[in-house]
Amino acid sequence: MLSVRGLSVRFLLPGGRRIAAVTDAHFDVAPGECLALIGESGCGKSVLVSALLGLLPANAQTAGSALLGDLDLLTADERTLARTVRGRRIGLVPQSPAAHLTPVRTIRSQLEETVAQLTGVRGRAALRTAAERAAERAAFPVDHLDRHPHELSGGLAQRAATALALVGGAPLLLADEPTTGLDRDLVDRTVDELRRHVDADGDRALLMITHDLAAAERVADRVAVMYAGRIVELADAEAFFGAPGPRHPYSRGLLDALPDRAFTPIPGMPPELGALPDGCAFAARCGRATDLCATLAPLTGPVACHHPIPAHDGKSPSTAAPEDIRA
Amino acid sequence: MLELRAITAGYDRRAPVVRDASLTVAPGEAVGLLGPSGCGKSTLARVAALLHRPDAGTLLLDGTPVRHWRHRAPRAQRTAFGVVFQQPRLSADPRLRLTDLIAEPLRATGRREEIPARVPELADTVGLTPDLLTRRPHEVSDGQLQRACLARALVLRPRWLICDEMTAMLDASTTAALVAVVEDYRAATGAGLLAVGHDRILLDRWCDRTVHWDTVAPAGKEGAVPATPGR
Repeated sequence: MLSVRGLSVRFLLPGGRRIAAVTDAHFDVAPGECLALIGESGCGKSVLVSALLGLLPANAQTAGSALLGDLDLLTADERTLARTVRGRRIGLVPQSPAAHLTPVRTIRSQLEETVAQLTGVRGRAALRTAAERAAERAAFPVDHLDRHPHELSGGLAQRAATALALVGGAPLLLADEPTTGLDRDLVDRTVDELRRHVDADGDRALLMITHDLAAAERVADRVAVMYAGRIVELADAEAFFGAPGPRHPYSRGLLDALPDRAFTPIPGMPPELGALPDGCAFAARCGRATDLCATLAPLTGPVACHHPIPAHDGKSPSTAAPEDIRA
Repeated sequence: MLELRAITAGYDRRAPVVRDASLTVAPGEAVGLLGPSGCGKSTLARVAALLHRPDAGTLLLDGTPVRHWRHRAPRAQRTAFGVVFQQPRLSADPRLRLTDLIAEPLRATGRREEIPARVPELADTVGLTPDLLTRRPHEVSDGQLQRACLARALVLRPRWLICDEMTAMLDASTTAALVAVVEDYRAATGAGLLAVGHDRILLDRWCDRTVHWDTVAPAGKEGAVPATPGR
């Protein structure tokens, strides 16, 4: 469905500084699949989503390709993106719904407009019913439809934004931190709704950006771990969260930081995207770093690391690699 | 001892968000307050931090009732509290460099001379490097900004910490790092903590005891509330 090859995004700043927000990302999202992209804040996850929707600011440069069917999202013109892609072929659940919703209009009026734009529904009564049905699908309480965004709690605003994203029935859904600020029950309901959207019709897919590892574990089929703009590990969700565990030391550190696991942080902070080291960007925080880490480890197998944690499942990593990569 | 007795509070007297909520935090104790989105727990946290005047009920700080509220409580009592909010973007002045952000409470209370010693020490505690301190909020990530907001909350050496969903916007590693900073501070100073959140696993791991909203405000009604203002 979506095939991303060598995607890089650079921001040019005044004074000639360059920010390497995304570097050489390769991944696929297959129909009926949910891929979770996880990583610390500021590692380039949201920029990747903006690039796929053609919503990057003017000072961004992109390289590589991102094919949705036969359309390259990186080179498509604004007219194509606006009229055929956004909302129709790719639905976006935004990171901060409070900023995404129009503050001066009620949720009902925004939903009705979206329904009218994206579907064939016409006529006042029909639009009203369709908007209410759309609200129900995202578990948004119908009696709150006549409120303005500032009258909603964070959780309700998130559900309103989810309802808007689901209206067009887009085959690919991009969810950028859809569960930030929600309580655990609501997180489960939100991700289940997204998952149901994928499962309801076999040729739909979901790319979910999140730092909520529990949410990722709940819905993802595969997990891509991003660090300092690079995808450092691409693995089956079951293996990643289950017994073999993640193989990249960074992924391992992320899981160990969970309160139901060791609850110990990874020492230090992620590097500046404007001043990345030549070698492995995680080496400075990695307990297993060696001299080899001064050079870059390509994502050849399931993980981009010179010294991955061995897989304990007894299978040799080389046989598992092509399956995981799906190149 | 921080005691909230039968607190009713909200933004409209006819429709209070919090009804009859009671909660006690002993000195040095860490209490987690757990509740669903929109139940009013952030409002109660603002009352506990003396930032929002309750419509009814009493608030006792070490046995003394908090009085002379205007919109907020008198400063002498408020400075005993350090507060960290959910959204660092909304709770940090976008014009201030991080170093000034952390130093702001010292300036506001006329303790300017402590800045050169206290700010670098705290920046080190929360893991901010010197080059980050010269930046403004839009030049740092959410996690880095929340580290600065936590440093700001600790700068006056508060006896009480109120963390309102401090880690909801953060990734697992930053969450663990910030919780470790709070716990180190509490171990060193014996400060009490009220941590508001909706992640039971986190609060159970972090706090001495976790109370659910339903037991704090049994008469409370659930409903939508306005998005909590950042500060």
